Amino acid sequence: MKSVLGDKRAIVILVGPALLVYSLVILVPIFWSLGYTFFNGSIVTGFTFAGFDNFVKFALDPAAWKAFGFTIKYAVVLTVGQVVLGYLFALLYQFWLRKGSATIRTLVFFPVVLPTVAVALLFQKFFESAPQTGPVNGLLNAFGIASVDWFGHADSAFWVIVIMDIWRSMGFYAVLLYAGLVDIPDDIIESARIDGASGWRLVRSIVIPLSLPVLLSSVIFSINGTIKVFDSVLALTNGGPGNATTPLTLYMYQTAFTYGDYGYGSTIAFMLTLLCLVVTIFIFRSTRRDLTKG
Amino acid sequence: MTTAAKRRSRRLIPTLALIGVGALALSACSSGGGSGSQKESAEFAYLSSDTNTQISTVLKIVSKNQCAAEQKAQPLKISTTPGTTVDQKLQLLAGQNALPTMSTASGTPDLMKQFIKANKIVDVTKALGSDSGSILPAAMSTIKQLYGTDDAYVFPTEFNIEGIWYNKKIFQANNIEIPKTWDELVDVSKKLNAAGVQPISTDGKDGWPITRLISGYLYRDLGTDAMQKVADGSAKLTDDEYVKAADAVAKLGADGAFGSSVGSIDYNGMFNTFLTGKAAMMYNGSWSLTNFADPKQDQIGQENIGFMPFPAVTGGKGSIDDIPSNIGIPVMFSQSKYGPKTQAWIKCIANNYGDLALANGGVVSGFKVTKVPDNLSDLTKLVQQKVSDTKSSVLWFEALFSAKRTQVSQSNAAGLVSGSLSGEQFMKLVQDAQ
Repeated sequence: MKSVLGDKRAIVILVGPALLVYSLVILVPIFWSLGYTFFNGSIVTGFTFAGFDNFVKFALDPAAWKAFGFTIKYAVVLTVGQVVLGYLFALLYQFWLRKGSATIRTLVFFPVVLPTVAVALLFQKFFESAPQTGPVNGLLNAFGIASVDWFGHADSAFWVIVIMDIWRSMGFYAVLLYAGLVDIPDDIIESARIDGASGWRLVRSIVIPLSLPVLLSSVIFSINGTIKVFDSVLALTNGGPGNATTPLTLYMYQTAFTYGDYGYGSTIAFMLTLLCLVVTIFIFRSTRRDLTKG
Repeated sequence: MTTAAKRRSRRLIPTLALIGVGALALSACSSGGGSGSQKESAEFAYLSSDTNTQISTVLKIVSKNQCAAEQKAQPLKISTTPGTTVDQKLQLLAGQNALPTMSTASGTPDLMKQFIKANKIVDVTKALGSDSGSILPAAMSTIKQLYGTDDAYVFPTEFNIEGIWYNKKIFQANNIEIPKTWDELVDVSKKLNAAGVQPISTDGKDGWPITRLISGYLYRDLGTDAMQKVADGSAKLTDDEYVKAADAVAKLGADGAFGSSVGSIDYNGMFNTFLTGKAAMMYNGSWSLTNFADPKQDQIGQENIGFMPFPAVTGGKGSIDDIPSNIGIPVMFSQSKYGPKTQAWIKCIANNYGDLALANGGVVSGFKVTKVPDNLSDLTKLVQQKVSDTKSSVLWFEALFSAKRTQVSQSNAAGLVSGSLSGEQFMKLVQDAQ
């Protein structure tokens, strides 16, 4: 094996085809898209060189900054929600339900496997106010409260998206974090208990520090996934009302494919990539510092 | 250069070469961007939108009868694409000079202007030559206004007038006369609300039936050139007289004219509310005749539906006789697939479409009608008469907007009538969307 991997020609033959396909399918479009950021026009009328005009346009575009703000707000709220609830479920599986947790784990994980569009349609009906009254408004009406037009206002529409996406994804984080908790040796927990630690004290001083690496991985997973949110918003609110729930991804899609402005669309995509990169670097840095301290 | 650096650059060169080859291969696949090679296709391929089956029906009929010779020379082949993504598909096909011989046109006039500018589609006035009189003057006027051209570049397979459809029974039961002015419409709306009837059924999800009210008000108040001035840049939507129109529509919404949760009601929901007698009025186009003729949808009966033009604005420059009109989703012909056989098809379709569309489905098109079928409903006859009598027309609110401005306008319309946005905020949002 060593002799095969030591031979450069063998490496080229083994890696070459995959690298070629990867380059054609992933790298070329990425650089192509990067190139588009310096052009104006469309595929119909042709492109003209525009220098940094698209970047200036982004800086001065209130809709882009609104989408940027929504993306950050959504990513922060959803990451906190997904990871905290997922962690609470993981603690529930590990310390309270123990071996009997399989059924609950399956039930909580179930929404993860459902198609996003189906879940979005479910929640649309769930929070519907017209033409039919959905179960949520039905419940409010039963208590004498008037129906709320959940998708008609920016704040309520945002919270419906958050509730739906947390419900859809917390099962995944629960399983991921549960795997981290299972790895904590029983004898450490046991000795902490003998030393008198229990309940919140045990979780804070023993469980959280020992599951920190997997917890931070979850945060990175979550923040990177939520910054790129697209399908759930598209299917549930389509960015509305107005553009109140439009994340950068949807704004990019509309700009490039609905308005036919590939140059500016690519610029938004580039800014989104930068955002992902900055957030990931920031989390990695803080992770490294914490681990050396710990 | 150090040995390590040399080794690194030696490794980098093949990688860069690979990427370069890939890029070349991809660019070889993409188009050269020219306007077309004038190679006439062996088939008369028609790309239809799944939201319109009428055109395919007529084409199949003519291919067997009136256009049998053209069919023999260039057989018809129909394919379908989802209406929701038709603009994306047309852009990609046009970019590669791969538009089919005939296809559904884009519903976004701005994109159509790009096709015309890039010489991607056929000038049908020239293709028709002496037969160009088969397109009705009003339809021709709409096409010219829409695309800012002297010739027609599309076939008006529909010609729709727009206005307010009302439920005669509800009007009679509440002793309501047809409102002639906007103020009367507001009063009627209040009266109906007090009687527990939803005054107007609308579609807040798509937004356009709401923004049509704004343009209707503008045309009546400021005259037929109101939206053209915005397109030219000589007026802004944020000007006081334009904001006044948005405020008037917002006020109508604040008074409860559109019912609750407007933003959640879609196109079918709008029809459902009106055709089940839950609302007294609905702003819509004459394409609604198909829905009115379907007894499964129409529970109030065609005989109980009336049509009224958009009311006048007191002291306004516009006339109640200027009827908003549109050509629905028309069809266009690819320049790169155009030749004598396609030209023969174009002439044959133009000479037969008007009669066949009216006889098969009761669709009023922008083509001349030589035989009016006896079995037409009174409503269809009324619309057909109005279309024939109309010599000029006005466009809708977004007709001269860019795709982005159209989207911003339609997606914020529900917010305007549900109180989330004031008239000024709405107009500023639309004006700022470039």
